[in-house]
Amino acid sequence: MSAAVETNDLSRNFGPRAALSGVTLSIRAGEMFALLGPNGSGKTTLFRILSTLLAPSAGTARVGGCDVVGEAMAVRHQIGVVFQSPALDPQLTVEENLRCAGNLYGLRGADLAARGRTAAEALGLSDRLADRVQSLSGGLQRRVEIAKCLLPRPRVLLLDEPSTGLDPAAREGLRATLERVRRESGVTVVMTTHLLEEAERCDRVAILHRGRLVACETPAELRGRLGTDVAVVSGPEPESLAARVREMFGWPLSIRGEHLRVEVPAGGDAAGRLVSALGAAADTVTVGRPTLEDVFLDLTGEPLRGEEEA
Amino acid sequence: MSRKHGLFFRPTLALWQREMTRFVRQRNRIIGALATPLIFWVLIGSGLGESFRGAEVEGGFMRYFFPGTVVLILLFTAIFSTVSVIEDRRDGFLQGVLVAPVSRASIVFGKCLGGMTLAAAQAALFCLAAPWAGLPIDGAVVMRLLAALLLGGFALTALGFVIAWPLESTQGFHVMMNLVLIPLWLLSGAFFPARAGTWTEWAAALNPLAYVTAGVRRAFYGDDADLGLVPSFGLAMTVTLVFAAVTFLLALRAVRRGGPESR
Repeated sequence: MSAAVETNDLSRNFGPRAALSGVTLSIRAGEMFALLGPNGSGKTTLFRILSTLLAPSAGTARVGGCDVVGEAMAVRHQIGVVFQSPALDPQLTVEENLRCAGNLYGLRGADLAARGRTAAEALGLSDRLADRVQSLSGGLQRRVEIAKCLLPRPRVLLLDEPSTGLDPAAREGLRATLERVRRESGVTVVMTTHLLEEAERCDRVAILHRGRLVACETPAELRGRLGTDVAVVSGPEPESLAARVREMFGWPLSIRGEHLRVEVPAGGDAAGRLVSALGAAADTVTVGRPTLEDVFLDLTGEPLRGEEEA
Repeated sequence: MSRKHGLFFRPTLALWQREMTRFVRQRNRIIGALATPLIFWVLIGSGLGESFRGAEVEGGFMRYFFPGTVVLILLFTAIFSTVSVIEDRRDGFLQGVLVAPVSRASIVFGKCLGGMTLAAAQAALFCLAAPWAGLPIDGAVVMRLLAALLLGGFALTALGFVIAWPLESTQGFHVMMNLVLIPLWLLSGAFFPARAGTWTEWAAALNPLAYVTAGVRRAFYGDDADLGLVPSFGLAMTVTLVFAAVTFLLALRAVRRGGPESR
């Protein structure tokens, strides 16, 4: 089976700044794939190259076997693109937007009308068709955008930060929709995200950091990479806790605000050993399986979303 | 259906249709594009009429200024319809069009046909008042007017497209309008006739808008009227056609190169 998306040594510079450097990856047909990274990691640059909006400075990218530069039109026939800010006309109704978008893909008449009804139904928009897009909530607009992108039955669906601006319920709904569409039509789904929960539920995750691809595996494989569990210790004096852990065990650790984050050997009763070693100096000790956040920290030396949670 | 080439006809029609729907839903645009020139015509025409004398403005300034007002309506409507290029980029609609398998020419063509339709329709509406300005209308005038308004509307929309495409905000667009387009209109023979042997002769000869104005003026007056330096209807239309083709190709080149965000 040929790859749905394939990049080879893909780079893009903006002036002297390298937004993307030597990214090589391959996404299989029917896969749900996440491009994970913080702002400035290059994921949006990669998204824009795959959607034919931006030319690479070096290297190649192919979607459905066609080159995004040399065969841009052939690529456009195969992709559906969901942008962060919906590509809809706010002054037109939902139905008018769907019709206009269908026309752009050469669809018309009864075929377009039938596809529009199906897409509207699938996304729960049937009773909103006559509403102006500007009167809809962000979540509903995103659904219109997805319905619009599904009309031409793309082989590859590209989504840029699909959860941005959605409340948790809308996110869950979006997730279910994407899963259903993929099951029913076998479309390949590629999304950029900075949310671990979102990446966690994809088949594979590519981690981007400062324009470079640092890992590309299943979430389970990524977590398996660490080979450790993670203990979080809280107490009034994290510095003295850190000194004590270093002295007693020599485990890798970092201080993050009020907490101490320690990489402990998996399955060796680390919790018990930490509690007995630290005694009353520690308020709480919790040990868990590493998350993708831990993997990201391990791979890049930086937290994924420090600035947002601070 | 070809998988290698962009679609042209259906997308062009869809984009044109969208321009029409948007325009009808924005009432203030209709008023702005029609009322401003009308006020100009009445106030400036009647206020300044007394100070303009001479063979060129025979029949009174209100009569002389009428074709110029038609061109101002054409200019306002056509150029402002391309403000939507900037809004579409800001709102995100444009990127949805750019990732669709649509011929880049159809993106420009749809917008230009839209601007042309709106501009020509509003200008034609105003032309119904021509008899009151002392400019009678018959079948030949209507035919010439239609040609001049459609061609001029297309060329001016394409010009607006070229200006709007690289801009990221509408403020820059208004600066261009005030600094470039209004002066071009003032020097086009719309407001006062170019005089032989003065710099206004050159300004009119080199100004593409002067040929649009000449086309509208000749549409009313016919080729037999002595209008000083104003070129014949045929020459005015030929130059306007070239103007339309050049601005269209410039707009197409701009779209193929990508917008401000792709640099």
